[in-house]
Amino acid sequence: MTDKNTLSSRDSQWRRQLRESVPVKERTSIPRVSMPELDAAYRVTCSREVNRGLSREMAVLEATRCLDCPDPQCVTGCPVSIDIPGFIKNIERGDIHEAASVLRLTSALPAVCGRVCPQERQCESKCIYHKMKKNPVAIGYLERFAADNERYNPATVAAAAPAAPEKGVKVAVVGSGPAGLSFAGDMRRRGYDVTVFEALHEIGGVLKYGIPEFRLPNEVVDVEIDALRREGVKFVRDCVIGKTLSFEQLMDDGYAGLFVASGAGLPRFMGIPGENFIGVMSANEYLTRINLMGAGKPGHDTPVLTGKRVAVIGGGNTAMDSVRTARRHGAERAMIVYRRSEAEMPARAEEIQHARQEGVEFLTLTNPVEYLADESGRVCSMKVQRMRLGEPDESGRRSPEPIPGAVDNIDVDVVIVSVGVSPNPLIPNAIPELEVSRRGTVTVNDETMQSSIPAIYAGGDIVRGGATVILAMGDGRKAAAAMASDLESRLQ
Amino acid sequence: MYKILEKEYFSEKVVKFIVEAPLIAASRRPGHFVIVRTGDGGERIPLTIADADTDRGTIMLVVQDVGVSTHKICALEPGDSFTDLVGPLGKATDIRRYGTVVCCGGGVGVAPLLPIVKAMKQAGNRVISILAARNSSLIILEKEVAEYSDEVIIMTDDGSAGTKGLVTAGVESVTGREKVDLVVAIGPAVMMKFVAKTTAGYGIPTMVSLNTIMVDGTGMCGACRVTVDGRTRFVCIDGPEFDAHKVDFDEMIMRLKSYN
Repeated sequence: MTDKNTLSSRDSQWRRQLRESVPVKERTSIPRVSMPELDAAYRVTCSREVNRGLSREMAVLEATRCLDCPDPQCVTGCPVSIDIPGFIKNIERGDIHEAASVLRLTSALPAVCGRVCPQERQCESKCIYHKMKKNPVAIGYLERFAADNERYNPATVAAAAPAAPEKGVKVAVVGSGPAGLSFAGDMRRRGYDVTVFEALHEIGGVLKYGIPEFRLPNEVVDVEIDALRREGVKFVRDCVIGKTLSFEQLMDDGYAGLFVASGAGLPRFMGIPGENFIGVMSANEYLTRINLMGAGKPGHDTPVLTGKRVAVIGGGNTAMDSVRTARRHGAERAMIVYRRSEAEMPARAEEIQHARQEGVEFLTLTNPVEYLADESGRVCSMKVQRMRLGEPDESGRRSPEPIPGAVDNIDVDVVIVSVGVSPNPLIPNAIPELEVSRRGTVTVNDETMQSSIPAIYAGGDIVRGGATVILAMGDGRKAAAAMASDLESRLQ
Repeated sequence: MYKILEKEYFSEKVVKFIVEAPLIAASRRPGHFVIVRTGDGGERIPLTIADADTDRGTIMLVVQDVGVSTHKICALEPGDSFTDLVGPLGKATDIRRYGTVVCCGGGVGVAPLLPIVKAMKQAGNRVISILAARNSSLIILEKEVAEYSDEVIIMTDDGSAGTKGLVTAGVESVTGREKVDLVVAIGPAVMMKFVAKTTAGYGIPTMVSLNTIMVDGTGMCGACRVTVDGRTRFVCIDGPEFDAHKVDFDEMIMRLKSYN
């Protein structure tokens, strides 16, 4: 691997010269860049990516805003501690390839994270600019710029990280989402023989079936997967570990370690009357039908129920993905129905803003209590309880409480329930000795991601129960480092 | 992979396939199903495994041509392959020595019933199988079922084979003459509903295997959800077999029409 210090050390000569080349006052007077995006009226007619990415000039100017702080707080806001000033200053000096290399040191999927990370709650929330009452450096946009530049430039794509000598040791990965992919890449680069087992017919996990094309194009994910393939990672589709192949079979086949990254899986429902009527479905079902199965596209057999009035229950990113997808599938009235206020919504600010631009209605402080159907069982209306905010609950969010008597009916054709997911019990059921929490998540050592069975490590949503791409990816990296050091000590 | 080795028409619309799937053949147990996909734009369709041959590394699937995707599947010929085939999925049948077990198969439901008949017999049960269909041409796998049954009762709607009447009449002909410890019913939802109703009257434990709409088949989407004993359950991971007396069949029948 490239020496991190020579790349990004703050004390290197070029960094010092760069800092001195533009006065601070001049840097801070540059306004934050705006992401070029497709016009809202046009983008709801197609699945093209909304954010178009920064031009080189925009990126270099935005990078100039970064003050290259001596104690950069942005790094502390990043779950995987990316050397943020290190990559940004490389953009400022025009060495985009080097910027991408800095990102690669800590992030397996920078083009993905640059698009889907909630930067406003992580790195950007810690930016020094907040102290000046100014907008933070657009770290996410810059991350995406550097990663995309790498992707569109064949010369740099070819120069993959040099692999370590073959160790001749096999390791297996369950699931090909962000945690699994980052683990696979890291282990391969350490010289391990890595096989990723995926239950679905497509590689990519939630990046493929969950996040829509208009937010994360499949092509971005495929480039990463192809790169892993070229490095020698093997992918086996249509294979459910615990069903098609058991853990014992993997061990008998000579796999020395297993990383479980099977994802959160089970969609939650609210348990209210009428929730099983036709037209009420989980966000997972809705998004999988459209994103993975191509429902609505010519030549694809999988159907999906559509309607003029679509209500999406929930306020997270999956809810925003669903409601914006509904707009693109013909919903005239696409509604977010959320029991708290907008301030409590867990979705990224950008998703909320994009949804609003696309004409999504926000029915906040509104909670469905019952669904009603026509004589064929198709949902036609929902009874909602209006709410108000009470005292903060254990999560610190103000808990909503019903306003007595404030119940309304809203006409709906489709309801998409996006109120969270539970861990998939498939792996815990298949390996009874594997220790799980009361919530059903796999219990691991926080530092090493090692489970109660020494050869099994786990990460991502099967451990966290529903988190972010960057955290899943960080788990994959941590697990790879720990498993590799464990295997190396055992092999000696 | 997933190459079709043999194809046989049971009737104009019901096709039997022997498919190469060595890993699934080795790990499957009675009650398990697979998800298949045909073509790049194909749907994911759940099919219960009718039989397996571990030596040949094959599984047997029986498909009824009822829609776009099953029509595509039925058009496949030996030498063709499924684009995707994943499994075995779901929970396996709870095979035990119950005593006397009545196994009811309606139409193409006899295919998923066959491995249960076999396993129940091998577990030492007295097995009485009831095969029901609209007419004689739709009775399938009679010979195979008979091989593992102490008695086979054929019921047809038109009387063209066996006794004229519904499957429930067949069930009652057995319960009227001897003690039955378990009834297993697999077939169209409405058939299972009425078998459940009949056996509830006699207080006989009854198990059904549900064939709901699915997408991923691994618990991710919830399309297959049913209400069992007042709780929402997922057929793909909690089932496909449930206590027949606790299944809300009317809701299930309604949900099966989601895309009609």
